[in-house]
Amino acid sequence: MSLKARGRALFIQLLMGLMSILSLYPLYFILVTSLKSQREYVYNLWAPPVHPTLANFVEVFLGSKMPKWFVNSLIITVVTVGVSTIVAAMGAYAIARGRFWGHRAVFNTMVGLLVVPPVILVVPMFILMVRVGLINTFSGVIFFYAGLLIPFSVYLLVNFFRTLPEEVFDAALIDGCSPLVMLWRIVMPLAAPALITLIVVNAVWVWNELFIALVFLQKEELRTLMAGLALFQGRYSTNQPLIMAGSLVGLLPALLLYLFGQRYFIRGLTAGSFR
Amino acid sequence: MPVKQPISPGRRRFRQPLWPYLFALPMVLWLLAVFGYPMVKVVQYSFQVVGGKTVRWVGLANYRFILRDPIFWKSLSNNAFLLLAVPILLALSLLFAILLFERIRGWRFYRAVVFLPYVLAPTAVGLAFGYMYQYNGVLNTLLRHLGVAGADWLGKASLVMPSVMSVIIWQQLGFGVVLFLARLMSVPAELYEAARIDGANWWQEHRHITIPQLRLAIEFFAVVEVITMLSWVFNYVYVMTAGGPGFASHVLEYYIYKNAFAFRAMGVASAVAVMLLAVTMVLVVFYFRLRNASQAAEE
Repeated sequence: MSLKARGRALFIQLLMGLMSILSLYPLYFILVTSLKSQREYVYNLWAPPVHPTLANFVEVFLGSKMPKWFVNSLIITVVTVGVSTIVAAMGAYAIARGRFWGHRAVFNTMVGLLVVPPVILVVPMFILMVRVGLINTFSGVIFFYAGLLIPFSVYLLVNFFRTLPEEVFDAALIDGCSPLVMLWRIVMPLAAPALITLIVVNAVWVWNELFIALVFLQKEELRTLMAGLALFQGRYSTNQPLIMAGSLVGLLPALLLYLFGQRYFIRGLTAGSFR
Repeated sequence: MPVKQPISPGRRRFRQPLWPYLFALPMVLWLLAVFGYPMVKVVQYSFQVVGGKTVRWVGLANYRFILRDPIFWKSLSNNAFLLLAVPILLALSLLFAILLFERIRGWRFYRAVVFLPYVLAPTAVGLAFGYMYQYNGVLNTLLRHLGVAGADWLGKASLVMPSVMSVIIWQQLGFGVVLFLARLMSVPAELYEAARIDGANWWQEHRHITIPQLRLAIEFFAVVEVITMLSWVFNYVYVMTAGGPGFASHVLEYYIYKNAFAFRAMGVASAVAVMLLAVTMVLVVFYFRLRNASQAAEE
């Protein structure tokens, strides 16, 4: 390598190193701060804790509603993703293979809805939920979330189903498979990679959502983890290490999913795009 | 095209099967309830005062109210300011994607690292940045060590929006990098080889090959980020600044939130939502044109 090329490579590595530090630092900050006492945080902002303590985590798990909120988030996430995946898979299969009257219009509407932000829908949904008595219930929030996930899910699955070879379907038809059996036994297993991607991306979305969770679940014991965390801060605003411990618990599930299934994330989030 | 059907020829060949309608039904009903109904209702509410059980038509009063409300204009201008993040994100993600595409040592690691912020919960991220930007926080301590005076990043009206924007850029950058990198990998290598034989330098190569080849991906990312800046920044504002100091960091979503759920002015909130919906409609048109262009490019 010439001197110039070597200098260039070095410069790029330095640039990437800087980018890595900036990307990772906040996570490091959350981690080390969560292990400090409130007193230590005041004089030791940067370095890892000199006297590491798990007191903040003990407080989070035993002294607060966090465990309850964690379970709430878990229930909402699992049910929402489950329901929306089933509804979206059936719908996508009908669009991709059923070619029913108006399937093109339905699919195009779906693409348009990808762009519609939930803030626009929140007020009428809130009033509706109050009227039908679903405010402050998991069902109400799950209903709303699942609907919001459908356009992206259908979009992704239709595109995937269209790549499956025609013969698979013909063979199953000749065997006399009913459409439901075909979807369940043949299409879904073939679509496993797309489905995993979809489930991962949707689950992280539901887990992280704040606005709707804040407004539709206003009772303390019904809060999701993110809403609880955001409100937690108001109450303990001077106890930074405690809040960082709570935050770490909140972002850990998505972080672990990412560390073990990076490719699913990357595939899922680039799948919505065009070539 | 009808499939050859040996089992029940008479029954299935000529009649449209019923099952696709049944399969699509839950999806369609769900979308009507969660998107269709609210999109119609929000327009109606924007002309009404909505109370507990009563509604009263007030014509354009809600719209007149927001147009005279300085906080609305502040919110709007803050969203407009956040749009400045879009060109910054485009430039930075293109740069990093191109550098990673050169397969520098450790590119897979760098890709994983730069994408990581994107998956973290914005609420937790916002809380952490809130502390790091505090007057006695990490950032000012660092600046002091470097001999630069610190600032009250989130407490000063003129600094609060740039500070919020920095967090959004931090979180969104990885998405652009991964998107562009994925697209770059499918650009035919011959294009670059030919350019190199012609003696093109780094700048010319990317100016004349990379950018035209990535045009659709770039436009897609730009549209997605514009939508983000207009309607996905509530989390950050809510946990980092609560719209303050004063109203300095109000954004449209926060304005809707405050009016609807703190002041119970559902009509006012709906009028803002309708305006946002109108902007979204324009973006939908862009989005469709992009999609058609991308399908044409594939064929």
